[in-house]
Amino acid sequence: MRAPSTSLPLKLDRVGYAAGSVEILKDVSLTLPSGPPTIVLGPNGAGKSVLLRLCHGLLTPTTGNIRAGNLPVSTEQTALVFQRPVMLRRTALANVTYALSRLSSQERKTRAAELLARVGLPHLAKRPARRLSGGEQQRVALARAWARDPEILFLDEPTASLDPAATHAVEDIVREIAASGVKIVMATHDLGQARRLARDIVFLNRGRVVEHTPSEQFFTTPASPEAAKFLRGELLA
Amino acid sequence: MSDVSNAAALALNLVLSGDPGLWRIVTLSIAVSFSAVVIAALIGFPVGAALALGRFPGRATLVVIFNASMGLPPVVVGLAVYLLLSRSGPLGSFGILFTPKAMVIAQAILVFPIVAALSRQVIEDLWAEYSEQLRSLGSGRAASIGTLLWDGRFSLMTVLLAGFGRAAAEVGAIMIVGGNIDGFTRTMTTAIALETSKGDLPLALALGMILLVLVITVNAGAWGVRRVGQRLADA
Repeated sequence: MRAPSTSLPLKLDRVGYAAGSVEILKDVSLTLPSGPPTIVLGPNGAGKSVLLRLCHGLLTPTTGNIRAGNLPVSTEQTALVFQRPVMLRRTALANVTYALSRLSSQERKTRAAELLARVGLPHLAKRPARRLSGGEQQRVALARAWARDPEILFLDEPTASLDPAATHAVEDIVREIAASGVKIVMATHDLGQARRLARDIVFLNRGRVVEHTPSEQFFTTPASPEAAKFLRGELLA
Repeated sequence: MSDVSNAAALALNLVLSGDPGLWRIVTLSIAVSFSAVVIAALIGFPVGAALALGRFPGRATLVVIFNASMGLPPVVVGLAVYLLLSRSGPLGSFGILFTPKAMVIAQAILVFPIVAALSRQVIEDLWAEYSEQLRSLGSGRAASIGTLLWDGRFSLMTVLLAGFGRAAAEVGAIMIVGGNIDGFTRTMTTAIALETSKGDLPLALALGMILLVLVITVNAGAWGVRRVGQRLADA
């Protein structure tokens, strides 16, 4: 187990983000405490990816502010797994060692090999990462993000383009990372996945947080009509 | 026709007999062009990377200038270097006009914009793909340049080949600044130009054949390295 996190709770205070004249997020206030995974649900274009990038520090809010613990957010304390992770033109192992810049080269190799084993890919360490299947690449990406030793791990629809078996493998790894004390914040539009992993659900629609409720409550008695519609598979206006 | 076949036979004989004059010309050519490419790469890659990642006023103008400079006429570059290095020129005191050093300088000037412009394109394309991921992995801008150069290594090798091709094939610049002095600054291309105009076809042909074989060998070697390297580490 890791030392108590300093990045949590993650607090968003009236955060807005606009790209040019297009408002992508509006007035988002959230508090994400430590503990089991938070799932960000919402239709395409709701602003899930932008929300995660803001929390990870890749984007800067246009209005409002985000604090991790008492600090500004940074890519040092958090990690992000992209929907389509970019594999460096190197071996799977070298992709993981790349994220371990703080260690000596021998420690990096040992630690990277360990992480590849934990995501179930020890046999593919020497293979060029870009030749791996989509599911294997996503697992390398998880090992690479894990290597950053983050306090919060953001995942942006990591299984959106994977088959059920690969999705299952990714979910198992996410559970293992969560069990090691890392706060998981994961965007998805897969309701089954949200049910399987979430303790609480942040439901986003059209750039606004419509509700933030515990998982069981969200799936049985959603507080908002939008969430109820989304759960019934209806289109949201 | 028989002139040509006689010349070809003589040429083959020159190559096979290991004529010392011939080999001096060949080794000097390789040394000059190779040195020019190394110097151009040492300056060109960082400049290309800076142009690819930098955001500063005048960047677009510089990109256009470098792209245009890939087509610099060798004789014009030769003339400019000649004026710089001639006794009365600003760098005349170095006394290196009509030496291999002057030839390396002239060819490096010709190759530099090719390396800078093409590597700028390679690195910029790679940066578009990598930037968000590298930032997420905590890699700063300076560290990212190293990553981009390494991950673009196979494309950048092709850039070097383009530069080497330019240097190995050009005659105008080294003719002007080297002077084609027998045994000292005579290279394959300048010798071919001279011997052809003198009517000594065997030597010209022999040099032409060697030059072609050399360029093909260098490119084949690079291709092999690229193939093996990609199988081991790349996609």
